[in-house]
Amino acid sequence: MRHVAGVYIRSNMASNSTSYGYSKEFYYQLLLVVLSMLSFRLAISMWGHSGERKPPMHGDFEAQRHWMELTSNLPAKQWYVHGPDNDLQYWGLDYPPLTAYHMMIAGKIAKKYNPEMVELGKSHGIETPEVKLFMRLTVLLMDLIIFLPAVVAYFVFGQERRIDEVQVLTSVMVLAAYPGLALIDNGHFQYNNVSLGLMVMATLALTLTYDILGAILFCLALNYKQMELYHALPFFAYLLGRCVKLGLPKGLYKLSALGFVVIATFALIWSPFLTSVESAMAVLQRLFPFNRGLYEDKVANFWCSVSPFIKFKDIIDPQQMAKICMLVTSLFVLPSFIDLLRKPSITKFHFASINSSLIFFMFSFHVHEKSILIAAIPACLVIGKTPFAVIWFLMISVFSMVPLLMKDGLLIPTFVAVCIFWMGSNHFIKPTQNQRPEVVYALQLSFLGAVCLTLATIFMPPPQRFPDIFQLLIAIYSFAHFFMFTIYFHIKQIGGAYEASVWKLLSGFKPSRAHKTSGDKASTVSVDSSTSSVRELRRRK
Amino acid sequence: MAAVLTLATASALLKLMFIPAYRSTDFEVHRNWLAITHSLPVSKWYVEDTSEWTLDYPPLFAWFEWILSQVAAFVDPGMLQVTNLNYASDATVMFQRVSVILTDFVYYYAIKEFQELAIFNTNKQSGATYSAHLIPILLIFNFGLFIVDHIHFQYNGILFGIMLLSIVRILQERTIEGAFWFSVLLNMKHIFMYIAPAYFVYLLRTYCFNRKKPVSLFTFSKTHFVNLASIVLMVFGISFGPFIYHHQIGQVLSRLFPFKRGLVHAYWAPNMWALYNGLDKLFTIVGLKFGCLHPHTIPKASMTGGMVQEFSHMVMPSIAPLVTMILSACAMVPALVLLWDLKSPLAFVRAIVLCAFSSFLFGWHVHEKAILMIIIPMTLLVKYSQEDAKLFLILSTTGFASLFPLLFTPFENIIKVLLLLQATIFAFLSLKDFYGKGSKSSSMSSRSVLGSTLGSSSLALSLREFHLPLLNILESIYLWGLVGLNIFNSGFPTWLLGLDIMSRLPFLPLMLTSVYCAVGVIYCWLYFYFLLCLDAESSDKQQKSDRCSYGGSDSSKSSSLQKKTR
Repeated sequence: MRHVAGVYIRSNMASNSTSYGYSKEFYYQLLLVVLSMLSFRLAISMWGHSGERKPPMHGDFEAQRHWMELTSNLPAKQWYVHGPDNDLQYWGLDYPPLTAYHMMIAGKIAKKYNPEMVELGKSHGIETPEVKLFMRLTVLLMDLIIFLPAVVAYFVFGQERRIDEVQVLTSVMVLAAYPGLALIDNGHFQYNNVSLGLMVMATLALTLTYDILGAILFCLALNYKQMELYHALPFFAYLLGRCVKLGLPKGLYKLSALGFVVIATFALIWSPFLTSVESAMAVLQRLFPFNRGLYEDKVANFWCSVSPFIKFKDIIDPQQMAKICMLVTSLFVLPSFIDLLRKPSITKFHFASINSSLIFFMFSFHVHEKSILIAAIPACLVIGKTPFAVIWFLMISVFSMVPLLMKDGLLIPTFVAVCIFWMGSNHFIKPTQNQRPEVVYALQLSFLGAVCLTLATIFMPPPQRFPDIFQLLIAIYSFAHFFMFTIYFHIKQIGGAYEASVWKLLSGFKPSRAHKTSGDKASTVSVDSSTSSVRELRRRK
Repeated sequence: MAAVLTLATASALLKLMFIPAYRSTDFEVHRNWLAITHSLPVSKWYVEDTSEWTLDYPPLFAWFEWILSQVAAFVDPGMLQVTNLNYASDATVMFQRVSVILTDFVYYYAIKEFQELAIFNTNKQSGATYSAHLIPILLIFNFGLFIVDHIHFQYNGILFGIMLLSIVRILQERTIEGAFWFSVLLNMKHIFMYIAPAYFVYLLRTYCFNRKKPVSLFTFSKTHFVNLASIVLMVFGISFGPFIYHHQIGQVLSRLFPFKRGLVHAYWAPNMWALYNGLDKLFTIVGLKFGCLHPHTIPKASMTGGMVQEFSHMVMPSIAPLVTMILSACAMVPALVLLWDLKSPLAFVRAIVLCAFSSFLFGWHVHEKAILMIIIPMTLLVKYSQEDAKLFLILSTTGFASLFPLLFTPFENIIKVLLLLQATIFAFLSLKDFYGKGSKSSSMSSRSVLGSTLGSSSLALSLREFHLPLLNILESIYLWGLVGLNIFNSGFPTWLLGLDIMSRLPFLPLMLTSVYCAVGVIYCWLYFYFLLCLDAESSDKQQKSDRCSYGGSDSSKSSSLQKKTR
C-alpha cells in the first residue's frame, strides 16, 4: 500500500509541485502529522507529573518551577551560589546557563500572569491547576517552536537520496511520536525537547554541510543541558576530520573559524559568570557534581547491572569511581571516535552519535535512566537506514524507563503510546519485512520478556528482602539489549565495505537486507541513489 | 476485516489517554443512575429524586446501567450509593471512562458489518490510498462522537452502534433483526424517535407490502406484518411492562418528556430557532435604537445574558411546543413520500438523515449533540457521489464546530481545536483523493467565472488558495468563516483592539456560533433534499428505460440497488 501511495504521489508531483519538489498534498499531510503529535503531547500533559503531591521535595516538575522562581527573582550572580535566598539543597540550579535564561524568561512571563506562581521562597511546592497549566504549556511551546520544526526540517530538507514523500512522512512520524521523549517531557516534566531539538538541528546543518552553523547549534544544545556532552565527541571528530580532509591551508582556516565560533558562543552565553574565576568555577561545580552517586535509582547501565555481583558503589569512593568511569568510557568510545575522525562521512557521524551516547550511558558516572533519550533521538535519525534495529531499540529504551514512568502515574499513557507507536511503525515502516524469521523471532521473544517483566512489576508484590528486584531486573534486561545494540551500531558505523563479511561471521545475528553503505557527498549520491532505487524496485517485484 | 479491528483498537487506545480530561455533569448523571439501578428496586427507579439528575432515559438504558453497576460493585462500591453525590474517586473515573470505551465496540462491530456489506460505493475505481477504509476511518475517528463521549461524557457510542446495526441489518434484508435493534434503541434513548418515521415507512413499504409490486391489499403480507409488530411490541413490553404493572407509566413518561424546558437549550443548537432567536435579538436592538421599544419593558437579563433557560421573545411571537412538532412533521413528509415511492436502500438512508435533519432544525429543546444523528448516517453515503461527499464535508465541519462550546477548560480548549483541524484536514484530503480529478473541473469553472467577474487575475488567484476541494467558492468562504468566527470568539482580536465586548456580553460568542452554524446546517438540509429529489428523477428515468429495454419486469429493485455513477 505504501508503494502504491508513493507512486500515486509521485505522479501528482509533476503537475502540482512546489519549490522543494514536494506536492501540495504532502504539506497538508505533514501538517496533519504535526497537529496529531501536538495533541498527543497535550493529552499526555493532562496526566500526572513527577513528584505530584509528594512533599517536601516533589520532583523534576518542582525543580523546573523552582528555577523559574530563582532566575526571575535573583540576579544572575546568585543563581549558582548558595545564599540566603537560594538554598542549593532544595533543587539548586545544576544545568548550564541557557536553561537558566530559558527559565528566567518563562518565570518573567509567569510573574506577569500571576506572581504567586514564582514568588521567591514562598511558592515552594505550589501545585495549583494554574501552575500546572502554565508549566505544561511552556513545554508544549518548546515542542512547537524547537523540537517539531527541527524534526520536520531534518527529514524534509535533509534527504540524501531521491525524495520519497511517504518515507519523509513516516520518518517524521517515528521521531515525533517516539513515546520516550514525549512521556518524559510532557509527562514526567523536563525540557529535553530543547536540547535534543537543537542537536537535531545541528545534525541537519552538518548534513547540509553548514559546518559552522552546526557547531553553533551544538554549542547551544550543550549549554542547555550538559548531558549533550554524550554527543560532543562525534561532533568534534566529524568537524576535525573534515578540516583534516581539506588539507593544510584550507583546513587550518576552517578549524580556526570553528574554534572561534565555539569560543564566541560559549563566551556569550557564559558572560555573566565570567567576571571572576570563582564564579565560573561555581557554575562548573554545579554542573559536574562528582560527589554524587554512581547512578540514580536503577539505571540500565553497566555499573548498576553488575551491582548484584560487585557493588562498586560501596567498594570505591565516588571521587575514585568517577575517574574509573571516565577511563572506561573513553576507552570504549575510542574505536568509533577514531573511525569517524579518519573517515568523516555523515552516515558514520549518525551512527557515531548513537554509539558515543550509548557508551556514555552505559559506562559513565552519575547517569539517569532518562539519559537513554540522548541515544534514542539520534537513533531515530537513521530510521531509513536500519528500521528494524532502530524500532527495536526505541521500544526497549521506553521499556527501560517504565519504573520511572510508573512512579509518576504515567502507566496508562505509556501503555497507549507504546502500543500506538508499535502499531503505527508496523503499518508504515514494516520493520520486520525482509527480515530473516529467526531475527523476527528474537524480537518477539525480547518483547515478550519486556511485557512479562512489566506485568510482574505492576502486579507482583516484590519479596521482602529485595524490594527493588523488578526494577533491577528491568535494568539488567535493558542493559543486555543496549549492549547488543551498541555492538550492532558499531558494526554499522565501522564495518563499511567489510560489513557483509562481518555479518557472515556473526550470521546468527544477521539481518538479510544488504545494507548499502554509501559515500554521502552530493556528487556521488545522485548516481548512487538512482541505481539503488532501481534495485529496490526490482527486489519488491 | 482486520483493518476495522485495528482501527478500532487504535481508537480505543487513544481514548484511554483522555481519562483525566474534563468531565461535564453528565458524568455525575450516569454515576447517579448506576447507583439508582444498583441499590433500588425497579419500582423506585423513576421515583427516586435524591440527586437533581433523575433517571430520564427509557427503561432499557436503565437496565444497561444496571448491568454496568454489577461490574462497578467490584471496582468501587462507593459510587453505587445514591446519597454519595458528586462522588468521583480515581477508580470511579477509571471505571466509567473505560465502560464508555468498551461499549464503543458495539459501534465498531456495526461499522465492520457495514463495511462487509459494500454498499453505496461508486463504480469508480479510485487510486486513493485509503479509499477502501475511508468510511470506517471517518466513523471511528468521528470528532463529535469523541468529544461528546470521551471528554464531555456520555454513552452515545453504543447507541449509534445499535442504530448503525439496525440500518445494516435492514439493508442486509434481515428485517426482523433490524426492527428488533431499532426497538431496543428506542427503549434506550427516546431521542431516536426522530428517525422512527423513516423506519416505519420503509419497513411498511418493503417488508409488509411486496417491494416489487404496486401497493394493494393483495400484496400486503399479514405474516410479515404480524412478525414485525410482535417483535416491536415484545421489546416495548419487556421495557415498559414492569412499570405498567407498578402503575407508574405516567410517572415514567413525565420523566422522559419534560416539556417544562424551553424552546432552546441553554446553548442554542444551530437550528431554525437559533436564527429565529437571533433575529429577535436583532430586532430588539434595532427597536431600542429607533425608539420603537422602551428599555424598561425589557428584562435586564435578556439583553446582557440572553442565554437563560427560558428565552422570552421580545419582538417575534413565542413558539409553542405544538408548533415545533407540526413544523418537524411537515419537514419530514416529503422525504417519507419519496421514500415510499423509491423504496431503495439509498432512499432509506437519505430519509433517516432527512428525518434527523427535520427534528434537529425544528424540534423543541434540541441539544447541539443531536447533530451527530445527522452526521453519522450521512457518513455512510460519502462514497456514493461527489455531492454527498461535499455535503458531508460542509455539515461535519459546521456541526463539529458547533459542538465547541461543550468544552471550555484550558487544556480541552486547545485539544478540541487541534482535533477538529485534524479531522477536517483528513476528511478533505481523503475525499479529494477519492474523487480525484472530478474536483478539478468544478474548481476550474468557478475559477474562470471569478476571473471574469472580478476582472483582476491576482485577486482570483489569491482567492483560489482558499478554495477547498469539492466545494464551490461560496461554500469554501463559509467554512473559512468558521475559522474567523473562532478567532473572534477566542477574544483575542477584541483584546488587541482594547474593547471589552467579551466581558460585557459573555454569551455573544455562543450566540454567534449557533447562528453562524445554523446557516450551514440549513443549507445542507436543503441541498440534501435536492439530492433525494434527483434520485427520484433518475430512478424514474431508469424505470422508463428499463421498461423499454426489458419489458418492465422486476428491474426496479435491481436498478435501484445498482451502484450508480453520476
